[in-house]
Amino acid sequence: MLKIKELYVTINDQEILKGINLEVNPGELHAIMGPNGSGKSTLASVLAGREEVNVTSGSIEYNGEDLLEMDPEERAHKGVFLGFQYPVEIPGVSMVNFMKTAVNEQRKQRGMEELSASDFLKLMREKSEFVGLKNNLTNRAVNEGFSGGEKKRNEIFQMAMLDPALSILDETDSGLDIDALKAVANGVNKLKRKDNATVVITHYQRLLDYIIPDFVHVLYKGKIVKSSDKSLALELEEKGYDWLEKEVEV
Amino acid sequence: MSVVATKQEVVDKYLRLYKNNIDEINTYGADFLNNKRQEAFDEFKEKGFPHKKNERYKYTFLQPFFEYDYKSNFSPNTYQVNLDEIFKCDIPELDTYTVLTLNGNYYTRNNPAESLPKNVVVTSMQEASQKYPELLKKHFDKYAQKHEEGLVAFNTMFSQDGIFVHVPKNVVLDKPLQIINVALSERDLLINHRNLIVMDENSQANIVVCDHTLCFRRYLTNSVTEFYLGDNANLEYNKIQNENNESIQIGHTYVHQEQNSYSRFNTITLHGGLVRNNLNIRLLGENAESQAQGLFLTDRKQHVDNYTNIEHVKPHCQSTQLYKGILDDQATGAFNGKIHVYPDAQKTVAYQTNNNIQLTDDAKMHSKPTLEIYADDVKCSHGATSGQLDEKAMFYLRSRGIKYEEARFLLLYAFADEIISKISVEPLQMRIHELVDRRLRGELSRCHNCQITCD
Ligand SMILES: Nc1ncnc2c1ncn2[C@@H]1O[C@H](COP(=O)(O)OP(=O)(O)O)[C@@H](O)[C@H]1O
Ligand SMILES: [Mg+2]
Repeated sequence: MLKIKELYVTINDQEILKGINLEVNPGELHAIMGPNGSGKSTLASVLAGREEVNVTSGSIEYNGEDLLEMDPEERAHKGVFLGFQYPVEIPGVSMVNFMKTAVNEQRKQRGMEELSASDFLKLMREKSEFVGLKNNLTNRAVNEGFSGGEKKRNEIFQMAMLDPALSILDETDSGLDIDALKAVANGVNKLKRKDNATVVITHYQRLLDYIIPDFVHVLYKGKIVKSSDKSLALELEEKGYDWLEKEVEV
Repeated sequence: MSVVATKQEVVDKYLRLYKNNIDEINTYGADFLNNKRQEAFDEFKEKGFPHKKNERYKYTFLQPFFEYDYKSNFSPNTYQVNLDEIFKCDIPELDTYTVLTLNGNYYTRNNPAESLPKNVVVTSMQEASQKYPELLKKHFDKYAQKHEEGLVAFNTMFSQDGIFVHVPKNVVLDKPLQIINVALSERDLLINHRNLIVMDENSQANIVVCDHTLCFRRYLTNSVTEFYLGDNANLEYNKIQNENNESIQIGHTYVHQEQNSYSRFNTITLHGGLVRNNLNIRLLGENAESQAQGLFLTDRKQHVDNYTNIEHVKPHCQSTQLYKGILDDQATGAFNGKIHVYPDAQKTVAYQTNNNIQLTDDAKMHSKPTLEIYADDVKCSHGATSGQLDEKAMFYLRSRGIKYEEARFLLLYAFADEIISKISVEPLQMRIHELVDRRLRGELSRCHNCQITCD
């Protein structure tokens, strides 16, 4: 599904990613861990198509196509979803209008008919119940005045609405109390299928008590320095990231 | 080849125009205006047009627009058009008392009196001069700060007519009053009109003003409107400017507010060549409140300048200003907003915000807030932002599959909506939404029937 090869990335002429290799197949759940500043969000941004991020070399193939050639909206139409580390507040744009525009644009691109107003509202209700997003929030402007936890739930809500093939969730667990964390993990687990894939980015291990990854990668200073099964997460928890520094230098 | 006229030459041109036409101006002019002309002439002779160095006109130098040779028409009877036939506001469900002005003169076929609530007066300044001399004596020319504004004197020299409104004590105008100012002439035209709105104690009204040009000619309109709001009076005033790209619209609004009165001024500029709106509000009684909002959408070489001056003369008054602009192409704009708190005006609450979006690098916005505060126990703030569309928000929307154009539209629409939603007349709000929608999508946004009717 996703093949990242020897990816080098700069932001403002500063090299942030230094030769990333990663392959994600349908049905898989990957966790990318690593200390702050190691480049996790930068990787997520490249996948979603953020413009400030420059790919200097390497390639990203998505279902056989060149992902880097696509606009952000085209990536979304083809099933790529980014759960933002910092969801953006957009005053004046209602959640309903936002989601209706997004869902219908995606359907249009896929040759499907637009949802009727009532079908759309039914879908909204169903999915907001699913992630435990309070009804009054879907009546507000996008993320405006949402608490940290509500913003993260809102990301999972949007994921549920758009039903993506490849979800990249950037620190969707950070800043959450235990109930919200469980709700987010529960959402991810329930949305998991044989034909979709999820990449969760986190720098805490606690999310992985609720989401069992097939693979764990450690991103450190712009490189994936370790890849293994879920036991790697436990090892990290025990030894902390300091241990990496020594490992890598060896 | 054009020769740049000196300031004095331009002033002299209009002094001559006045002298050569004074008999005709007076013959067809309202008495109360006629009585003030000589004084205004002397005032204008001394002041002339706003100087380049005048801080209030820092971003809009008007003199060159007066150098141009316009036609002036001082005998209104020569217009033989039936406006009802060529013009009809087609906003569905907009149920209003409607009056028209044609090139600044009260349109003779107006007849709102039949249906108006008892004792409410909507008429021409000419008729008001005859029928309501007591009211005019008390209010006319009392609020316009003519000694500070040469263009007010200019208006008084040439204005012959305009609209007079009186809402008596305790009367609530049950429907909005719609005033449609139409400019219609085969020739480039200079238009001056003078209006007076008197709202007595505890009265309430919603006024909608639409400025339209029906031909693609250059019209220079210089209008003065005075408002008196008695104790506890409540006014919403919606001004919709929708003129052609050649037109020049200069409006001077003066508002006198007594205690507990409330005013909300919404100024929506959809179209125009050069627009300068002066809004002067004086809060002269305790607990008076003013809300002033403005929105403009400009492109090409359009220029819109909103000037405000909110004077807190008495304690415990509140004012809020929110002005926004969207500038495309090489459009330019200015917000020149002042809060003036007098020494007595303790417990004043005054806010001012100006936000602008520049869609191109060539578009230019000037924002100049001025706070003059002479009382110590006050809450005042001001803030201004100008910039491109929010990149982060754009990316967020696009990452959900919303196309660039649509995402841009959603953000601009949301930006504009904060002002439009303040119009409480719902059908009008819906129409403005439609017009802004079309404007932002790059389509022409003339109000359906308000289109060019000359060829
Ligand atoms: N817009 C930006 N401009 C300059 N540097 C940036 C920008 N965004 C991120 N960086 C830098 O890139 C590095 C990686 O950041 P990021 O990808 O956010 O890390 P992580 O998500 O792993 O915490 C950091 O050193 C950060 O300072
Ligand atoms: Mg990050």
